[in-house]
Amino acid sequence: MARSSSKDAQDLFRALWSAYAATPTNLKIIDLYVIFAVFTAAIQVVYMALVGSFPFNSFLSGVLSCVGTAVLAVCLRIQVNKENKEFKDLAPERAFADFVLCNLVLHLVIMNFLG
Amino acid sequence: MAASDAQNGVSSIRHAFGNVLAFFILLLIGVLAFSIRLFSVIKYESVIHEFDPYFNYRVTQFLTKNGIYDFWNWFDDRTWYPLGRVIGGTVYPGLTLTAGTLWWILNSLNIPLSVETVCVFTAPIFSAFASWATYLLTKEVKGAGAGLTAAVLLAMVPSYISRSVAGSYDNEAVAIFALIFTFYLYIKTLNTGSLFYATLNSIAYFYMVCSWGGYTFIINLIPMHVLLCIVTGRYSSRLYIAYAPLVVLGTLLASLVPVVGFNAVMTSEHFASFLVFIIIHVVALVYYIKGVLSPKMFKVAVALVVSVGLMLCYGGSTYSIGSIKPNKGMEWKKFKSVRSFLTSLLCDSTYASKYIPIIASVSEHQPPTWPSYFMDINVLAFLVPAGIIVRLMLVLAPAACILSGIALSQAFDVFTRSIKLQLPSLSDHSQVDAGVASPESVVPNDSVKMDKSEDTSKERTSKKSKKKEKEPVEKPLSKSQIKKRLLVLPLETSVIAIILLVLLGAFYVVHSVWAAAEAYSAPSIVLTSHSHDGLHVFDDFREAYAWLSHNTEVDDKVASWWDYGYQTTAMANRTVIVDNNTWNNTHIATVGTAMSSPEKAAWEIFHSLDVKYVLVVFGGLVGYPSDDINKFLWMVRIGGGVFPHIKEPDYLRDGQYRIDSMGTPTMLNCLMYKLSYYRFVETDGKAFDRVRRTEIGKKYFKLTHFEEVFTTHHWMVRIYKLKPPKNRIRGKTKKSKSKTSSKPASKRKGLKRNPF
Repeated sequence: MARSSSKDAQDLFRALWSAYAATPTNLKIIDLYVIFAVFTAAIQVVYMALVGSFPFNSFLSGVLSCVGTAVLAVCLRIQVNKENKEFKDLAPERAFADFVLCNLVLHLVIMNFLG
Repeated sequence: MAASDAQNGVSSIRHAFGNVLAFFILLLIGVLAFSIRLFSVIKYESVIHEFDPYFNYRVTQFLTKNGIYDFWNWFDDRTWYPLGRVIGGTVYPGLTLTAGTLWWILNSLNIPLSVETVCVFTAPIFSAFASWATYLLTKEVKGAGAGLTAAVLLAMVPSYISRSVAGSYDNEAVAIFALIFTFYLYIKTLNTGSLFYATLNSIAYFYMVCSWGGYTFIINLIPMHVLLCIVTGRYSSRLYIAYAPLVVLGTLLASLVPVVGFNAVMTSEHFASFLVFIIIHVVALVYYIKGVLSPKMFKVAVALVVSVGLMLCYGGSTYSIGSIKPNKGMEWKKFKSVRSFLTSLLCDSTYASKYIPIIASVSEHQPPTWPSYFMDINVLAFLVPAGIIVRLMLVLAPAACILSGIALSQAFDVFTRSIKLQLPSLSDHSQVDAGVASPESVVPNDSVKMDKSEDTSKERTSKKSKKKEKEPVEKPLSKSQIKKRLLVLPLETSVIAIILLVLLGAFYVVHSVWAAAEAYSAPSIVLTSHSHDGLHVFDDFREAYAWLSHNTEVDDKVASWWDYGYQTTAMANRTVIVDNNTWNNTHIATVGTAMSSPEKAAWEIFHSLDVKYVLVVFGGLVGYPSDDINKFLWMVRIGGGVFPHIKEPDYLRDGQYRIDSMGTPTMLNCLMYKLSYYRFVETDGKAFDRVRRTEIGKKYFKLTHFEEVFTTHHWMVRIYKLKPPKNRIRGKTKKSKSKTSSKPASKRKGLKRNPF
């Protein structure tokens, strides 16, 4: 039983890996970007847990800027993914322009909030 | 081929014509929404109404005079004396900034309007915007016809009119527009899946946060919708794009507003959105993996995740049972606070009233009666399937309008179609002819029908693909005709139903106009009454405030019940002790205690607060029911909540509140009674109170520590001055009193009184 389940798990990871290897490079770049952003957010949270959250607005803006960046990048990834049938008529350039605009707004707000 | 080309041309012309028509209808709706709210200006004059609007007006004046930076840093020392109030950090700035910007634009265009005029007309202007936003929202959900119907309904819905007549310069005036517009942009994002609209959505949400505390409706309703979509298996990546950026950007933007600040991440109202934010990420990940893997592998993955998760949960719980026992109390508390929030927000307003009398004393927080429900929504109540707080009625109104707009337009659709199909002139023509003549009207209608349950994206695609559908028009047409036959209602029924619907609509219009003209346009600062000898105007409030501003020192403090605080600071420009921003319960309780104490104790309290004048509102002479005597029990309750020596039963005779000869001695000796009824017997000789419909209990008495300085024309506002403290000689007189007779003492008393 245990062996079969571990074998299943191995199969699963192999399948996952092979499926992921097939994704286009630009999507992989976006994925890296997302992982980086989430990782940065995690570092900040750990730092907050260790040191304390005194300038709370700085902590908040730091974490939320990372989370926001990650979320927006995920949105971009959803939109430029060719396998997504819902966004057939949305040009990737348009999607990128929206992404830049949204990021601009996000970081303007964060600069304001950083105090 | 040529025929289809011609058809295309005809349909595009028809579409263009329809668009122009819709545009003009919208314009007219805007005019209607604006002008139905002008009754107050026509019947009375262009004044700010009621209480809160006066505060907003004063803040706007400050903003236009001193600029935005001073506005953010404004510490107001003319209210809540001696505490003061930080206005910049405790006010929702949306309304003020909007009106200030309007005024600034108009002035830079050389249109010299006063700030007051701009403030008076802000609400009607924004209700026009709100009806346009309703059109957009409903159009996005159900199509243009329903949109127009909903816009008309919203332009006239009495519940919204009641908060947005000209002069009612309150947060709700702009907030309802912001609310509807935010929902529109959310739906738009959901339909298009574009980040651009998501950005706009969060900015609209920011405007909503700026303008009203009711933004929590949005931040709770949208997560609910998202959760519902997920639970019913309707997750799509567009949902993710609509929701996730909104939470991040919205939270950041909300915490930029000083009055919200860190509350945007710290209070329980916002936790729902964060929870759903996490859930949607998990769901998105699951959907992504599901799309990548084969079904069998996905099952394995689910089994793996579930088993690992269970193991982690088990480990975690065994660990936590040992170690986190004391935390359980906290959890419970948290749960309780969430529950209390929900109950107080959604249904049970008795919760708040039980524990905090001041919340209960605000009429807006009381559950509306069924008549008022009917009054405010009227006909729409039949079309919407529905104890809410009065304030919720306002939020309910747009929803009711949109739903009944959809219902009405659908009903009209069905009936007119069945009439059209059954009219002899049309049906006498050959079937083919009918089929060729009306595909435009049939195809969209049917598609609308069919995707009743679907999202509207389908409708958009159906619109786009309409051209494609036209070539193979024969087959679906025959099918749709069969379907039509099934949907057709008998001619007589549909005619009668249409007539009834039109009648219902007419009734609604008549009721709304009546409500706007009669019920909701009274500014409550000027009162009128019709009697057999004509129209009476009671302008006592402004008379009293004008007297205060002309006859008292700039720095004098005026004490009154908190209802009149905003008006006193705005119109008389005098410092007040408490006002309608009821942020400090103790301070209000102090004033309540003073009002319900006997004269000497009250004088001491007021004197310790540096008060020079006391203002009471008295309606006994003209029968103005919302005067201070009627509010007095609230003063007693609030005062007694902080100072236990004030007991409510002392003021009640057998549980009844009365001021006639059966009134308790505590009641007949308290300051409020004395200030209200001082010299009242001189008016008609009997001292008959027209509000309480009784003769008062104690008719002849003198004031020892207060002195009447002003009473308005109809006795509605009475202003008293505190007599200055007695000189220290009193101690000496007491000593001499024992030796000499009372003559010199009274003489001295007379001397003391004289200097002032």
